Amino acid sequence: MSIDDYTFDAAQSTNGKPKAPGRVRIRTEPLPGVIGAPAATESAAEAHFHLAPEPVFEAKDVGIFYGAKQALIDVTMNIRRGQVTALIGPSGCGKTTFLRSLNRMNDSVPSFRLEGQVLYHGHDMYGSNVDTVEVRRRIGMVFQKPNPFPKSIYDNIAWAPRNLGMRQGMSERVEKALRGAALWNEVKDRLKDSALGLSGGQQQRLCIARAIAIEPDVLLLDEPASALDPIATGAIEDLIHSLKGRFTIVIVTHNMQQAARVADRTAFFSLETRGEKPIGSLIEFDDTEKIFGSPRDPRTRDYVQGRFG
Amino acid sequence: MRLWPGRSRATEEFDPTQPLVATGNLRRRHLVSRFTQGLAIAAAMAAVAVLVIVIIAVVSHGVKAISWEFITATEPNGIGPFLVGTGIVVAIGTLIALPIGVLISLFLSEYAGNRLARPVQTLMDVMNGLPSIIIALFAVSLVANKQSGFGASIALAIIEVPLIARGTQEVLRLVPGAQREAADALGVARWRSILTIILPAATGGIVTATLLSVARAAGETAPVLFLTGLAHGDEFHFNPFEPLPTVPVKIFQLSEEANPEGFTQAWGLSLILIVIILVLGLGSRALLNRSKRKLTQ
Repeated sequence: MSIDDYTFDAAQSTNGKPKAPGRVRIRTEPLPGVIGAPAATESAAEAHFHLAPEPVFEAKDVGIFYGAKQALIDVTMNIRRGQVTALIGPSGCGKTTFLRSLNRMNDSVPSFRLEGQVLYHGHDMYGSNVDTVEVRRRIGMVFQKPNPFPKSIYDNIAWAPRNLGMRQGMSERVEKALRGAALWNEVKDRLKDSALGLSGGQQQRLCIARAIAIEPDVLLLDEPASALDPIATGAIEDLIHSLKGRFTIVIVTHNMQQAARVADRTAFFSLETRGEKPIGSLIEFDDTEKIFGSPRDPRTRDYVQGRFG
Repeated sequence: MRLWPGRSRATEEFDPTQPLVATGNLRRRHLVSRFTQGLAIAAAMAAVAVLVIVIIAVVSHGVKAISWEFITATEPNGIGPFLVGTGIVVAIGTLIALPIGVLISLFLSEYAGNRLARPVQTLMDVMNGLPSIIIALFAVSLVANKQSGFGASIALAIIEVPLIARGTQEVLRLVPGAQREAADALGVARWRSILTIILPAATGGIVTATLLSVARAAGETAPVLFLTGLAHGDEFHFNPFEPLPTVPVKIFQLSEEANPEGFTQAWGLSLILIVIILVLGLGSRALLNRSKRKLTQ
């Protein structure tokens, strides 16, 4: 796939349109037989699997440990292609831990251990022959705090493609990435200036541009707007809308309104006391409007209505 | 035991409404505190004073020997060949030590986990404290007792490696982890990020550590005395595989002579050496501070 193919394919991703009030969306009414069925993690919409895009990630009974401490337990969820999936929940509930396990960024933590399975397009991501460098080449990540390299704006974008052997048409690639991250107009006249001179919001969009410059399959966003002011946050959210469909996006956010604004589907994580210690677990995962409108689980309802804790 | 059997809170009625002046044994505690502070200040002053006195002594004795001819000419009027010899020996030693030291620092900060890094780091510090005469002796056996500038360079390289490794590691530590994470998340192999992100950020520190190790090596006497001590300074020598005349050996020889003229020359040579070392030391500190500021801003 070249960068020119980053056009939105509506037929492929029915849920990929930007959210707007009164938008048309294929809603799946619960089947009569499903109502009253025991609460499962997957929603009734999942029953209409033939309407949903295929999964990119399939987490199966994932448990994550740091040494003897269990951070996450029994997470089973499918993340669909071309959609935005938000992970919300209180601090310490394991949502960032889960996100980082999706491109094996946790591997650098020496005591990290994962149980269960994470499948990426059907391949076991923690299989013995998996190369983590290749994993991250396909699954990009943007961090909470903008972390541009102390290089020029141009070199920040060009660094990874250059090192991955994508040397041809570099200036076009840089321009496309910066346009894709809605940053081009602000920086086109100072590409040679240091990236550290940009504002926080611009730096974060630069980091997103840097991530999409190598044409990944998935973008993982770890609270990308939490260090930014509301205007910069709005710019990042607009950007996420425009990237939807071209990439599969998973975003961790503390900000519930943000999840409601950008995500097709939302997963609510919380701390559950199992045995003696509280462990992060997935409470509910459903279409975003179900999570915020009519959540099945009372814990989700309390959280999204601000009655948590 | 009470030093001053004065009033104490234990024996006296405590009245919180009294004026806020020192009461009880507080005056004694103040005295002890001031005494300790005075000792610490005196110790620090003494250290500075020793350095200042050494510099004054070297300058006042050596300055009469300094002239353009003294610096550039051959023996007996000048010491040019010794400066050239030390320059060559130290340069080769540094060229050997620099890549090894930087690689060790990369191992310590980028590849080894904490469990492995700590013992290696300790070994580096031990190596740093090894008496240079032992390293010199080892190098003599390494080159099978053959006198040459290159043999001395090997000994100096052994002395320089831990200095460069630890100095570089200090600066690599200051490269923010977020940048390693950013590079990792882009699917670029580690050695590429080390080469193009991490090392460039640490360049200032590497230069500093190298300059400091050069300053140390330039003044080391035992290795050059053992390995290249037989050369004479009556003509310029440039071949590192022959014995090369060096500054520390010449200072040693001159100060052994009965001739007072030689003594003045020894002071002059010392002055040149100390100026080189001070310039390298202070200059590298300034460089280090600059690059640290750049990394932590």
